[in-house]
Amino acid sequence: MNIIETYNLSKSYNGVSALNDISFGVEQGELFGLIGPDGAGKTTLFRLLATLLNPDSGSAVVNGYDIAKDYQKIRSCIGYMPGRFSLYPDLSVEENLNFFAALFGVDIKESYSLIAPIYKQIEPFKSRRAGKLSGGMKQKLALSCALIHKPAVLLLDEPTTGVDAVSRSEFWDMLSQLKESGITTLVSTPYMDEALRCDRIALCNEGRILGIDTPARITAEFNSKLYSISANNMYALLNAARKIEGVIECYPFGEKHHLVADNNFNPEIFISKLSYIEGVTIEPAEPTIEDMFIKLMKQ
Amino acid sequence: MRDIVISVHDLTKCFGSFTAVDNISFDVAKGEIFGFLGANGAGKTTAMRMLCGLSYPTSGRGTVAGYDIMREGEEIKRHIGYMSQKFSLYNDLTVWENMNLFAGIYGLSKEETKKRSEELLSQLNFLSERNTLVGSLPLGWKQKLAFVVATIHNPDVVFLDEPTGGVDPITRRQFWELIYKASERGTTIFVTTHYMDEAEYCSRVSIMVDGKICALDTPTRLKEKYSAKSMDEVFRTLARKAERGE
Amino acid sequence: MKNNFWQFVKKESLHIIRDKRTMLVVMLIPVMLMVLFGFAISTEVNNINVAVVAPDRSNSIDDAVETLSNNNYFTFCGYITQEQIDEKLRSGEVSAVIVFTPDYDRKLSQVAAGITSAPLIQVIVDASNVNTANSATAYLQNILLGKESKQSMFETRMLFNPQMKSAYNFVPGIMGFIFILVCAMMTSVSIVREKETGTMEVLLASPARPIKIIFAKMIPYFAISCIVLIMILLLARYLLEVPMSGGVFGIFTLSLLYLVLSLSLGLFVSTIAQTQIAALLISAMVMMMPIMMLSGLLFPIENLPLFFQVVSNIIPARWYIDAMRKMMIQGAPLIAVWKDSVILIGMTIIILAISLKKFNNKLE
Repeated sequence: MNIIETYNLSKSYNGVSALNDISFGVEQGELFGLIGPDGAGKTTLFRLLATLLNPDSGSAVVNGYDIAKDYQKIRSCIGYMPGRFSLYPDLSVEENLNFFAALFGVDIKESYSLIAPIYKQIEPFKSRRAGKLSGGMKQKLALSCALIHKPAVLLLDEPTTGVDAVSRSEFWDMLSQLKESGITTLVSTPYMDEALRCDRIALCNEGRILGIDTPARITAEFNSKLYSISANNMYALLNAARKIEGVIECYPFGEKHHLVADNNFNPEIFISKLSYIEGVTIEPAEPTIEDMFIKLMKQ
Repeated sequence: MRDIVISVHDLTKCFGSFTAVDNISFDVAKGEIFGFLGANGAGKTTAMRMLCGLSYPTSGRGTVAGYDIMREGEEIKRHIGYMSQKFSLYNDLTVWENMNLFAGIYGLSKEETKKRSEELLSQLNFLSERNTLVGSLPLGWKQKLAFVVATIHNPDVVFLDEPTGGVDPITRRQFWELIYKASERGTTIFVTTHYMDEAEYCSRVSIMVDGKICALDTPTRLKEKYSAKSMDEVFRTLARKAERGE
Repeated sequence: MKNNFWQFVKKESLHIIRDKRTMLVVMLIPVMLMVLFGFAISTEVNNINVAVVAPDRSNSIDDAVETLSNNNYFTFCGYITQEQIDEKLRSGEVSAVIVFTPDYDRKLSQVAAGITSAPLIQVIVDASNVNTANSATAYLQNILLGKESKQSMFETRMLFNPQMKSAYNFVPGIMGFIFILVCAMMTSVSIVREKETGTMEVLLASPARPIKIIFAKMIPYFAISCIVLIMILLLARYLLEVPMSGGVFGIFTLSLLYLVLSLSLGLFVSTIAQTQIAALLISAMVMMMPIMMLSGLLFPIENLPLFFQVVSNIIPARWYIDAMRKMMIQGAPLIAVWKDSVILIGMTIIILAISLKKFNNKLE
């Protein structure tokens, strides 16, 4: 049985739909990612699962409890980290941790072994005010606080937004470690590249789920030909490539452009037709989550 | 050789005994899309403030759009545009009112304002939305609009601060197309960000660690040099050496 | 679950202690107000310059002026005409003018015979210094008319400060104001700050009852208010020498009730406001302004237009200040202000009930 299961969840604010008929499940012990841009409804979904909001329609079950009826029970078994910095900046690292232990009515000693791998890294600074910590250290403290009561489910809303690349990567390492101790984690992120760190992902946009699967299977579903192209003048190449026969679409992709083609497309003809542009190259490319996301958005 | 639009030599900024920006030098050519990367606290913001004429360097020299950053800060402000993800447009004003406001700030005449605004809106296929409140537009549209408003006075350089964070992949690409188009017309784009996927779109990037520029090249060559698959990896390799925090 | 209530109180106290600037303001404002009113007002009556207007000089008038000149407290500055009164007072040359009615002697005998009761002597006083003016008129009345003085013969006009505000009267007003500031404004801001920074989300998503956390939040503010209360009472008693003859017990009891009421108001504001700025504005506009204007702190309620007199009834501070005046200045015991007390208790229950009902275990 899934530890999180939602059934046709919908929620709107003042007539604007934030979440539209969402149904999905998260397995026990999974590291599940909600991938999508701002406005995809990720935060609303977290607030529903954390029992902070009531759904307009549909229902959801977390750790065997219904989010509407048994919300008090759910609150004891989830660890929730909202998108904003949710610690007290004027309290020290240690005071924050003590407060959260008191909040959940637990003794720090009981759960120390669970948070130790994370908390040990910030323990040398335990008398420093949380507001004076670096972004990465704040994250570690927030995660320690969310884990203090050994929750069955960890809900992390955009924990890596606004954090630099090094800390982000460290954070994902910590989540992988937590997976070892059997905790189920639902995490959201707007960064497509982070999807690869999850067991399974749901691609979300504008309140809907575009697709759910393992990252590998999601990219495997990209069943069109994909090339990456480049030239000395990238902007001219972009406009020219779109006019070539067999090109479904062409869009910037980092330093290169990605070109999605149908079966009529021939790379050699492509090069020869664009010989007036200097330095055109074309090579087959592996589809990424982002390519798939674009494809699903257009459907 | 192409025209140099931003030129910086041995630029240093100290706050007391703390050296926020430590002897940095680089040139940016006209029409280039220059990525200015660094972890939080690496000195990015301080360096950018000096380039925008908002603060004076402790030592070193530099020019932006041909004006000296030491003496001609006011001239620099007139020839650059700025857009940040956090603040860009007024939500309680309409598209047209926002454009008029920023055109007014940069001293465009009435006729110029009208001409430029219409030109920019038609470029975005946005003419029908001119009387819409900016607050009611979707995030992606706001970002695109913010960018064209930042270029309303035809600046030589546009500074972008994390321009596409949190935007969906399609809008993000439309945004980069706008940037490419602007760069094609000769506008220099200076992007500061700590999102490495934004860095991949730049023609050249510099990476700041502890106040110094420790790498400067095209993304391809940087990836080759550090045998990394992505800019993210390059950045992590370099930023791990950082000694100071935020 | 172990009892974590005091942990919450501790956390809240840390927030307050670390916000040194706010602490300083809260502690300093009452002291400043009290000291200011204490020293700005001198109660000494000495060398008051007096001029006299007498259209028809007579022996009885000369006698009265003679008595006046011989008195240590007054200096006779000569006779002036009716037209000079305003100029002399305004320039500060004299502080009081005694005006004898024309044909004083004849009218005096008529009054004595009970034929008319028109005033015979008018005293015009510069009342910008309240205490001086008060004492001066009392003395003058005594000197001029002796023991047989009849109220009807004597008319007093206070210029520049007709309401006769004094330090005494300000003390209850300051108390009514400062407790709203400390309790209502500061608690509401501190609750709303948690909403703004997102920590409220974590608190709500925890198994702890949010209302318990809110009550824990109120305790330190209650404690601070008690300290401020003691400070004000000490200053009032020993610096301003407010009599407090009604008994400190009553004053304290009613003040504690008012503190609870203010805390409930703070909780109420926090259920409406989403941002700290909004909480501050609501506190300032909806609570502070009416207290200043409508509670009798600045203007006597009887002098307000009828509409505002009616409105003033729903302002808690009005009843508190009224009761405090009676107890601190007029020396009434707690039992004498039962009406104010009952109204305050009623208001507390209503506000607390509404805010507890409005306070939500969820985000919407």
